[in-house]
Amino acid sequence: MSKITLSRAINEGLRRSLEADPKVMIMGEDVGRLGGVFRVTDGLQKDFGEHRVMDTPLAESGIVGTAIGLALRGYRPVCEIQFDGFVFPATDQIVSQLAKMRYRSRGLVSLPVVIRIPFGGGIGAVEHHSESPEVFFAHTAGLRVVACADPADAFAMIQLAIACDDPVIFFEPKRRYWDKAEVDTSAPLAAGLPLDKARIALRGDDVTLLSYGPLVRTCVEAALAAREDGRSVEVIDLRSLSPLDVATITESVSRTGRCVVAHEAPVYAGLGAEIAARVTEQCFYHLEAPVLRVGGFAIPYPAAKAEDHYLPDLDRILDAVDRTFAF
Amino acid sequence: MTTETIQLLTPEGERVDHPSYPLDDIDIQGMYRDMVLVRRIDTEAVALQRQGQLGLWASLLGQEAAQIGSARALSAKDMAFPSYREHGVAWCRGLDPVRLLEFFRGVNQGSWDPEEHKFHLYTIVIGDQTLHATGYAMGIKHDGAEDEAVIVYFGDGATSQGDVSEAFSWASVFNAPVVFFCQNNQFAISASPDKQSRVPLYQRASGFGFPGIRVDGNDVLACYAVTRQALRAAREGQGPTLIEAFTYRMGAHTTTDDPTRYRLASEVEAWRLRDPIERVRSYLAHTGQADAAFFEQVEAEADALAVRLRAACVALPDPPPLSVFDHVYAGSSAILDAERTQYAAYLEGFADQAEPMVAGGMEADR
Repeated sequence: MSKITLSRAINEGLRRSLEADPKVMIMGEDVGRLGGVFRVTDGLQKDFGEHRVMDTPLAESGIVGTAIGLALRGYRPVCEIQFDGFVFPATDQIVSQLAKMRYRSRGLVSLPVVIRIPFGGGIGAVEHHSESPEVFFAHTAGLRVVACADPADAFAMIQLAIACDDPVIFFEPKRRYWDKAEVDTSAPLAAGLPLDKARIALRGDDVTLLSYGPLVRTCVEAALAAREDGRSVEVIDLRSLSPLDVATITESVSRTGRCVVAHEAPVYAGLGAEIAARVTEQCFYHLEAPVLRVGGFAIPYPAAKAEDHYLPDLDRILDAVDRTFAF
Repeated sequence: MTTETIQLLTPEGERVDHPSYPLDDIDIQGMYRDMVLVRRIDTEAVALQRQGQLGLWASLLGQEAAQIGSARALSAKDMAFPSYREHGVAWCRGLDPVRLLEFFRGVNQGSWDPEEHKFHLYTIVIGDQTLHATGYAMGIKHDGAEDEAVIVYFGDGATSQGDVSEAFSWASVFNAPVVFFCQNNQFAISASPDKQSRVPLYQRASGFGFPGIRVDGNDVLACYAVTRQALRAAREGQGPTLIEAFTYRMGAHTTTDDPTRYRLASEVEAWRLRDPIERVRSYLAHTGQADAAFFEQVEAEADALAVRLRAACVALPDPPPLSVFDHVYAGSSAILDAERTQYAAYLEGFADQAEPMVAGGMEADR
């Protein structure tokens, strides 16, 4: 066991997948010699060759479109989209082709393509580098949409995503790339949590706090702070955004009676809306308060010097937690 | 730049030689037969649509030579990526035309096995398949397979799509064994090629660093010879080629279209004189390579095919209601499972009714 960063953990997971299956291939802009702008693919081209770790032309639709062709040929491409805001040129290939191929072929065609996307804000970046586009994809049937939150889980999740026969949109919390944690890179994959299950990050009794990606850490910190005030907050890391692990959510909310959802993406028509609807339908008689949502405002992602006003932080999350006790 | 169009058989049915494209023992009778049969498939499908048996049909009328010529140049191992009008290519890949009727009738979304026929599913979004073909060709190269190539079909309108330009870039940079086969049928629904490009389409290839060739798209021999050579070059590691098959869409864009709104009958008549089938018939007849019995036999085959297709089409059952939930994921989804269960229970509520539930308002009209 050693302490490694989230970026390194994904790198180790990719390495393992490349070793395990000769059909796995990494492709994207600057993923080869440079090792990716966040160094997630650092050293992989050197060790596995230019044919398996491919620097591609600068064209996102081309990355996903040719990945589909490679998958049709029997490969398992892992594409990197350099930043969240750059995935949109590939949206047609993802939504109209990648997501639908299994369905329209009545199961005859599998496209085991993983699309890695660093997402979220908080790094003081210029525009188009801080977005949270996950619901565009969660709304598209046929895709699996997941977000990792910490190094140990990311190491396992990337391998599970690559082994999955469905297309997976794999969101990586870019402001957490340099968070370090113990990762057991020798642990057998099968022993861990499946890709489509949520994870209870912190046990609690009074309120369920749901999040994913970069805000999981913030939520755990908020829960620890609340504990000092005598409040027991259960934090759930959703991991899979589509399909959602509704059972884990409703089991928790049925115990706690309160539910807060936090994400960086705009609250309006965000994942929190779906969760609130399902929790209301399935936990109605257990609820002590309406499900509250805390997240981005209904505005485009603002300029870097204003992003702290946009991003939910520990205090805004605790404020929402407090409000669920006011009903 | 001059515009040269490769032609090996004139509209009058005269063979012309081209030094770069020698033709040896080719099955011209077989080409004729294929073209007649796919034209009959097309005629029958248009009729089926008019009679309400198909939701839509995209006619290939006029493009038989481009499709049969290019598709007959493929080896059994080569992979083809169609747009949605490549019924002639489908025919050459051994796909039962009933599978195409299923697609346009709306009983499924094209569920043949692409690898079984080496013929990918129809692609509706214009140009998307050029990237799939390029990726597939990159895979062939990675596999080290030296006896396989890819052909991808698209139209003149598609050349304006970003994905097609990206496919050209990628195929060029990766030296992928892919042939880009553009059927310039003069219309992107109603828009003429000058709305898409200021240069002849085949000349675009030079900017991407690979050869572009224009061929008489109504000349099945030329389409065959040029495609065969491009596929051979691809297999030999020379990378992509763009072929522009200069042809004419004699029918409507699809059965929903009315071409009289945007083109003159005189133009259609001029192209009718360049019919891809008539010139082969004329050539076979006047060179004594086929007699009346041959032509009658092909007609009889076409008649029988039409009868079979019609019967098979009208007998196609609607998909079972709960099958709409199948094959969304390889694994399961609890959310989807719940929706399926809920909808099954809802349908179960109508189990004692003799008639299936109909859309609101219908009941009152009875």
